[in-house]
Parts: sequence; structure tokens; C-alpha cells
Amino acid sequence: MTLSVVYAILFYAATLLLVVGVVRKIIIYARTPAPLKIPVTPAPTTKAGVVWRMTKEVTVFQSLFKANKWTWLFGWMFHVALAFVLFRHLRYFQEPVWAIVALIQPIGQYAGFAMLAGLTGLWARRFLVDRVRYITSLSDHLMLALLVAIGLSGLAIKYLAHTDIVALKTWVLGLMYFDLQPLPSDIFVLLHLGLVIILMVIFPISKLLHVPGLFFMPTRNQVDNPREVRHTAGWTAK
Amino acid sequence: MTAKFDTPELFKNIEIIDTPKYEVDSMAHSSPYPAKAQHNEKLGFPGELVDNWEEKAVTRLGELVDGSRALRTFLDSCVKCGACTDKCHYYLGTKDPKNMPVARQDLLRSIYRRYYTFAGKYFPRLVGARDMDKSVLDEWYSYFHQCSQCRRCSVFCPYGIDTAEISMAARDIMDTVGHGQKYCNEILGKLQTIGNNLGLPEKALINTLEDLEEEVEEDTGVAVKYPVDVKGADVLLVVPSADFFAEPHIDGLIGYGKVFHQAGISWTLSSYASEAANFSMFIGSGDNLKKVAQRIRDAAEELGVKRIIVGECGHAWRVAYSFWNTLVGPFDFLDPNYPAPQHIVEFTYDLIQRGALNLDKEANDHRRITFHDSCNVARASRMGNIPGGQFILPRALITASANHFFDMSPETIHENTFCCGGGGGLLTDDLMEIRIKGAMPRMQALKQVVDEHDVNAMVAICAICKAQFSKALPAYQFPMDMITSLHQVVGDAIQLGTKD
Ligand code: HEM
Ligand code: HEM
Ligand code: SF4
Ligand code: SF4
Ligand code: SF4
Repeated sequence: MTLSVVYAILFYAATLLLVVGVVRKIIIYARTPAPLKIPVTPAPTTKAGVVWRMTKEVTVFQSLFKANKWTWLFGWMFHVALAFVLFRHLRYFQEPVWAIVALIQPIGQYAGFAMLAGLTGLWARRFLVDRVRYITSLSDHLMLALLVAIGLSGLAIKYLAHTDIVALKTWVLGLMYFDLQPLPSDIFVLLHLGLVIILMVIFPISKLLHVPGLFFMPTRNQVDNPREVRHTAGWTAK
Repeated sequence: MTAKFDTPELFKNIEIIDTPKYEVDSMAHSSPYPAKAQHNEKLGFPGELVDNWEEKAVTRLGELVDGSRALRTFLDSCVKCGACTDKCHYYLGTKDPKNMPVARQDLLRSIYRRYYTFAGKYFPRLVGARDMDKSVLDEWYSYFHQCSQCRRCSVFCPYGIDTAEISMAARDIMDTVGHGQKYCNEILGKLQTIGNNLGLPEKALINTLEDLEEEVEEDTGVAVKYPVDVKGADVLLVVPSADFFAEPHIDGLIGYGKVFHQAGISWTLSSYASEAANFSMFIGSGDNLKKVAQRIRDAAEELGVKRIIVGECGHAWRVAYSFWNTLVGPFDFLDPNYPAPQHIVEFTYDLIQRGALNLDKEANDHRRITFHDSCNVARASRMGNIPGGQFILPRALITASANHFFDMSPETIHENTFCCGGGGGLLTDDLMEIRIKGAMPRMQALKQVVDEHDVNAMVAICAICKAQFSKALPAYQFPMDMITSLHQVVGDAIQLGTKD
């Protein structure tokens, strides 16, 4: 039960840091003015156009596809798989489980492998492509190591050393409703959860800020209409 | 001048531009002349490197980040994916890894992280954060003057991180602590006291234009006017001052005059605002950007014109199209039937659509033409009323005026265009090596159309591009006079006297 308490405290703390950290960043991004119009071509001339542009960037990584097919392949595979994995994880957080979450469980099974494959490809680039090696710092390796370790420990729970999933879910639901339950103390479960806690904590202070950041980039989210609509903000509004 | 250097070799085919293996610090020796005290002070910067400049530089960085959502998100969000690493012409031409866009950003990001992020404050080694010191400043001075702010990297970054914005910020910080660049700051001083980058006084300008009128009349037998300071003219034309004297720029100016002449629209230049260029953008200075733009607005109001049209100049068009309305708008004193400002290419295009120009394509039959998309037009502004108009309209002018047109390889035109190598405040002799090496990808693409289609003219719509290519073309064994103004081609095709 001590383990359960320790992990519970860590989870609460990590959640707080994650939420506060990310929300704080979003507020800062939103409040920082964009004084000039700087959309980069091909820039849409309407709001709807911008929404469509951002949708393509977020869902299919359009610009990355144009830039580098290998990075796109591995990067996109990793992110899509991650999305499936996270969505599949919703089943631990809800009772009853949404039909759609139940529905994708079979595909989701393979997502863990796809995620690791993508990560491996991305990591390999950091060693094999001299230019990418040059720009890589230690933190970039550690970030990939962390995600790989989370993936591996997750797969280990599933394929190597099964845990009592029902008990685990009870613990998770207990966390959510402030009704602490015992945590199955299998090594891979503790590892998986410990690493996830680390990921949550570093999210708002690392390059994972690309997630909120990319929605705020004026080069991509501005409408190309400077002659039609007078734009002012920050020092240009004074 | 820099020491002797080898011009990169060209291959037969653009696809062969192999991304080079990097050579660390191969361009570390490249740095422009620093500005003299008087040049810095005229723009409101300290003359010399100030005391405790390290602290002031860091403070200024903080102010800039607080004032720019772009800068803040760019500095926070890069994931080091490497997609931009092979997109910069300066990297391709020099192999120096600090010319990879992300590495260039990191020169500044490392300082941002150290002083403004949790990770950099407590784990500097882990995230590559470092203290602000003289070696950092020297590195900034060198490599932020190896960026032409062309935005090619931004097109390919999955988030649109724009290294140009980072360069501008770095140059702003260096100016703020008294370490400005001679070329940009000296020129901006001239512009603000005399009215143009050249320092050409009103008298000399008027004489130049009178000579031009005589020359054109001799050539064509038609009295085409090049008016200055005519109150009540319909149009104020603002051109880069290189158009008044440099080759091939002046042939473009002759062409503008012919277009106005045949269209029968009254126009004027201004001696007070005889410069479209605004180098304030290159040094990232908002105050100066606004001051210089204000001159043009003032001239337009003073002359009582109905429209403002901007001549062939890349960054000037960016400033005019993207920033003027913000900085010195709204232009409610102008005729609302026309966009304010309007590009000369938009103007000529409309005239052609209306059949107001008589063009004889055969007059250009000796030319086999290709078109260089200037970055600031291609990636930072637009023409006409549809996305991508900045690619369509200039080409439409060429094909309306000439029979032989060939585009360069698709990965080197439109928004993928390669910079000429001399933009962003680098068009100075002390940076000749980086300029010539940076021109390599464009020269490569040009070689391909020369080999395949016997192209003998490269048309551009940017004063800096034109001046830069006059140096780069000979360096790569092309004839210097291949570089041609767009309105030179149009002007040569106009059949003067047929509409009078
Ligand atoms: C809106 C959602 C997201 C979008 C659009 C997005 C987009 C991208 C893109 C375009 C890249 C660059 C290409 C690549 O290396 O894959 C990238 C990299 C990366 N993303 Fe995301 N991302 C999102 C969410 C996330 C989340 C939730 C995580 C982690 C928990 C994450 C972790 C990473 C990592 C670690 C990298 C760097 C990979 C490397 O080291 O090469 N991303 N992201
Ligand atoms: C509170 C948070 C989390 C809990 C309670 C949790 C729990 C689990 C459990 C119990 C499994 C085993 C699944 C099975 O046996 O079928 C698993 C697998 C996995 N987990 Fe997590 N996990 C969490 C967060 C995460 C996060 C944030 C990631 C990714 C960044 C992740 C990635 C994976 C992967 C890749 C697998 C293996 C493939 C799969 O079954 O989907 N987990 N996780
Ligand atoms: S803006 Fe242009 S010159 Fe500067 S880093 Fe990007 S690609 Fe290179
Ligand atoms: S493409 Fe963008 S995110 Fe990727 S390394 Fe370059 S600047 Fe960073
Ligand atoms: S000078 Fe011309 S090609 Fe070079 S950066 Fe400017 S617009 Fe681009």
C-alpha cells in the first residue's frame, strides 16, 4: 500500500505540473503579441483556409513530407501510433468504456509496435545522418530513450509479464475519484508508470512544447490579407 | 575584402545537388565590417560596444521574446527534426554546419535557454545552453550575417519556424549593445537624411531623370517622361534607388516609364521618398522600419496622389505589402478602387488584361528567358487577388512580352526558390565569399536551363537580386548581362506611339 500511496502522490504532482505548466505556456503564447503579418507562402487568404492549412500540418505533417520523406515516414508513424496508443489507454480511465475506444482495441494492439518502429527510425537518424547528428543534443537522445522505454515497458506488461489489469484499472479510477486502491506492484507496471510520470513533468519544460507551440506560430496561422485588413498588435498598436 | 576562395563547382543537373557532408567552421572567418560609431548613433544605437553588454544583450533578448509571439514559439518549439538542415543555400554552398537553419537558430536559442528556461538554467549541458560571452557575440556577428532572411527554411519546417525572424532578433540585439553592421547601418543613415540608400541628392536625381528622358527619346523617338515631385499626379511610384543608375535596374525604370506612357496614366517619383528599400527589416529594427515607411506615406499625402505603386524590389515589396498598412496605415486618402500599395507588376498585369498595352513579342525574340522568384516576393508577400499570384503575374508579363520562356527546376522556383545569395543586408563586398558560395544552388538550376534550352536571360524583380547576380553570374562563368529586369522585357515589347 505504501507504493500505491507514493505513486498516487507522484501522479497528482505530475498532473498538476503538466496542467499548470502547459496552461501557463498557452496563456503566455496567447498573450504575446504578433506585431507584424508574417505568414509564409503558401499562405491562405481566408480564415477557413488557415484552418485547412493547420489541419493538414497537424494530421499529415504536410511540410515535413515536402522536406524529407524518411523523417516524415518515421515521425508520422510514431505520432499516429502514439495517438492510437493514448486513445486506447482511455479504457483505464472510464467506466463504462466508450464504444469507440472498445472498437479500436484490436488495431491499437499493433500501435505499440508501430510507435517503437517510428521512434527507432527517428533515433537512427540522429546517429546515421551527419547533419542530424550535428544538431542533436543529449536531451534529444534522452527524450527518445524515455519514449522508447515507455513503449517497451508497456509492451512488456502486455506480452511478457501480465499484470492484473482489472486491479490496475481500479487503482487508476481510484486516483480519479480520490479513493485510493492498491496498485499491482509488478516491476513493469511500476516502471511504465514511473516513466510516464517523468514524461508528464518534463512536458512543459522541454521541446514537447511543440504541441501547444505549433498552433500559435504566426508563420502558419496568420491570414494573408495585410492590405485588406489592418493588423496591429504589440508595438505596432502603440 | 575577403581572401581568395574557390567558387563552388556546378554539376550538369540540379538533382545532383548532393547535400554536402559538413565541414565544421568552414565559414567562421566570414564577418562583415562593423559599423562606425556615427552610423550606429544616427539610428539610435550606442556607437560602441557598451559596458556590461552581456547583461544588456540578455535583457534585450527577453524584451524581444516578450514582444514577439513568433520568436517565443520558435525558440520553444524546435524538436531538432533536421528537416531544415539541407534547405539553406548558404549551407549547400559552404558546407558549414552553422549555416544549417536549425544550427543558426541554436546560436541564439542556446542563450535563450540559459537565461529564460528552466531546463537551461539548471541543466545547461543537457539542452545545449551556454553563457553569453564574447565568443558567442563573435559567432552571432559572423553567422547572423550569413543569413539572407530568405525564409526558405520556414517553408519546410513542420511548424513554420522562420530563421529570418531569429536573425533579425539577433541583429537587433547586437545593434542594441553597439555592435552594428556597417553596410546596413550606414545605408539606413543615408536614407533617413538624404532620402535614398545611394545618398543621391534631389538635384542629382532630377538631372539623372532628365538624362534618361533624352536617352529614351533618342532611342525610341517618343518623349517618354520620368517626372519627379509632380503634385496632383495619379500615381506615386516608389522604386529602389538602384533603379536610377545601376545595370540592369535602370532598364527596368525605363520600362515602367513606357508602361505609364502608353497607359496614359499620370505619375511621379518623389525626391523626398526616392527609395523603396527599407533595410530596417534586415536589422530587425521596428522603430526604423516605421520611420522609413512613414516617409513614403508623407510624400504621397504631400503630392496628393491617388495610388502608390512600388517598383521591382523584393524586400521593399515585403515591407510595403505586409507591413505598411500596419505601420503607417490606413491609406484611406488613396483611391479605394486600387490595392494600397500596388506592385508595378500588378499594375502592368491589369493593363495587359484590359488590352491597354500594345506588346510585340517578337521584339524579345533574341531573349531566351527564365525567371528567378525573389524570396521576399515569393515567400513573404503576394500579388494580385489569389494565393500564388506572385508566381503567376510576373510570368504572365514575360509570356505576354516574349516568345521564349523556360522555368527552372520546380524545386528551385515558386515558394521553393533559392535566394540569389545577396539578400538580407549581405550585398556588400566584405561578404563576397558567402555571397558567391550562397549563389551556388541558383546557379546550378540556371545551368540546367542554359544547357537544355539555351537560356540567355534571367529575369528578376528585386534590386538586390539584380546587383548580386551581376557579381555571381561571372563567378560561375555565365555572362554578366544575363540578368535582366522584368520591365526591361516588357518595355522592349511595348510599341510606343501606337496608342497615342
Ligand atoms: C498535436 C499533436 C502533435 C503534432 C502535430 C506533432 C508534430 C510533430 C512533428 C511534425 C515533429 C517533427 C517530426 C518528427 O520528428 O516526428 C514532431 C516531433 C516530435 N514529437 Fe510531436 N507532435 C504532436 C504531439 C506530440 C506528443 C503528444 C508527443 C509526446 C508525448 C510528441 C513527441 C515528439 C517528439 C519526442 C518529437 C521528436 C522526435 C525526434 O527526436 O526525432 N509529439 N512532432
Ligand atoms: C496513467 C497513465 C498510463 C497507464 C495507467 C498505462 C498503463 C498501461 C498498461 C496497463 C499497459 C498494458 C496494456 C495491456 O496489457 O494490454 C500499457 C501499455 C502501453 N502503454 Fe501505457 N499507460 C499509461 C500511460 C502511457 C503513456 C503516456 C504512453 C506513451 C507515451 C504509454 C504507452 C504505452 C504503450 C506503447 C503500451 C504497449 C501497447 C499497448 O498496449 O497499447 N502509456 N500501458
Ligand atoms: S532564412 Fe534563408 S538564409 Fe536564413 S537560414 Fe533560412 S534558408 Fe538560410
Ligand atoms: S525543421 Fe523546424 S523543427 Fe525541424 S529542426 Fe528545423 S527548425 Fe527545428
Ligand atoms: S535579394 Fe532577392 S533572392 Fe536574395 S533574399 Fe532578397 S529577394 Fe531573395
